[in-house]
Amino acid sequence: MKEKDTVKQTLSHLFRQESGKMVAVLAKIFGVENLELIEDVVQDALVKALETWKYKGIPENPQAWLYRTAKNKAIDIIRRNKHSQIIDFSSPHRKLLVSEYTLVNTIEDFWKEKQIKDDFLGMMYACCHPDISQEQQITFILKSLCGFSTKEVAKSFLCSEDTISKRLYRTKKYFREHKIFPKIPENDEIVLRTKTVLNAIYLMFNEGYSATHTDQLIRKDVVDQALFLCNSLLLEQRTQLPEVYALMALMCFHTSRMDSRITREGTLVLLEHQNRTNWDAKMIHLGAENLNKAAFGNTITTYHLEAAIAYQHCCAQQYEDTDWKKILEYYDLLLNIDYDPIVFLNRCLVILKLKGAEEALYALNKIKENSLLNKYYLYHAILGEIYKELNQNHEAILSYKNAIKLTQSKQEKLLFESKVNLVLDKIG
Amino acid sequence: MKEFMFIIRGGQEKYTSASKEEMQQHMEKWQKWMGEMAANGTLINGQPLMEEGKTLADRGEKVTDRPFAEGKELVGGYLLIKTESLDHAAKIAKDCPSFDYGCTVEVREISPME
Repeated sequence: MKEKDTVKQTLSHLFRQESGKMVAVLAKIFGVENLELIEDVVQDALVKALETWKYKGIPENPQAWLYRTAKNKAIDIIRRNKHSQIIDFSSPHRKLLVSEYTLVNTIEDFWKEKQIKDDFLGMMYACCHPDISQEQQITFILKSLCGFSTKEVAKSFLCSEDTISKRLYRTKKYFREHKIFPKIPENDEIVLRTKTVLNAIYLMFNEGYSATHTDQLIRKDVVDQALFLCNSLLLEQRTQLPEVYALMALMCFHTSRMDSRITREGTLVLLEHQNRTNWDAKMIHLGAENLNKAAFGNTITTYHLEAAIAYQHCCAQQYEDTDWKKILEYYDLLLNIDYDPIVFLNRCLVILKLKGAEEALYALNKIKENSLLNKYYLYHAILGEIYKELNQNHEAILSYKNAIKLTQSKQEKLLFESKVNLVLDKIG
Repeated sequence: MKEFMFIIRGGQEKYTSASKEEMQQHMEKWQKWMGEMAANGTLINGQPLMEEGKTLADRGEKVTDRPFAEGKELVGGYLLIKTESLDHAAKIAKDCPSFDYGCTVEVREISPME
């Protein structure tokens, strides 16, 4: 039974990685407007692999097996549809698909290793077209490039399959109507377009990393895929930009702590109580390597600073060793680049550590009129912490209770309830 | 711009005796030749033909279970292209990879019907 599970996991990992590449290549062959057809071909190949491998075992080169199956299926479809209007055969390269003299070789040409890498990145840029909403971008990436089923995407976003289907439909419609061609952008726009791609990867990562999800496996999958996508950018010279390295570093640092954040029973473990020996040293090392590479050029992005903050946490041997002063400097720089109320909130926590509750309350009061923050659980949670330190127990309990009401996460609700109990114990 | 048909004849015997590698190399020549035509807009379409066929005569009263011609005369494939003149079409046809297999290529202009 257990062996069966590992096989299943190996396959699901392989399928996740390969289905995106197959989608990207097939999109070049059939056009992005035929995405449904493309997904069918990929799905067929995966199902056929599962059925065949169940009896014959996994072949020596499963990737080649999958590609061959998808190629053959693509050839079938072209033979059947060469006189239909479904596929646009007018481009020079595709024209060779309609002649039997050149069909098979042309399909092979589309499937060259270097080509696949570029197609995959091109597809990433297509998915992250600036005119497509961010929500739609990540939904589409997970579905088309990461091989998630609609059900799995719904699960990772905590929304209904219906919502996901609608988002996918809108994106496909956009592709069809605007004839989007997947390609790596030209040099003059690569920085700008990469920004959108990084943003999507970052959001995706947060979606997987945030503790609001009950399904651990799915969350880990989303995080892995975010790392995989970012790494794909780093493998291509044209997209080895400082901010890409910075985001990679940031995600590595966070990922190193992922397993220490939640107990087996599903309760949250705060940074100060995490067992630091359980942090993934390899990941931290990888993060540091990337952060070093992120330092070339004059670009400083929010990813650089967030990575620098995360690094400070990673290299403190114990919670008490944390260099809060440095962290505060990074937060100030962050707010300088881009004023973000959430960053401001987190900065208040640092002030609480560094300068005490009164200063923290003073800072927090500056933004108490912000109605959006009033609806954000973290604002109330931090307020609770501050009041607790100031021994204003009644206010502390009230704040924690507000936080409980506002968070969607079971784990966080539990955490704040335990905080309320701590204060209640203190009062006696 | 005029349209032309290349009628490719013969070569079947040599084709069937070619090894897989030889065939692969040969098909890459087709890929290159047709690829250039596709890139510069000359190519319309083209297909190789099976050796088997039927020949009908007398309004279909007489059916022979094979193509009309045999051997060197057997049509093995066709190409439709567009270019300015018969001479130019013939120039393009000179590079047809089928010559490697002893084929002949007949170049004919598509005739517009009045």
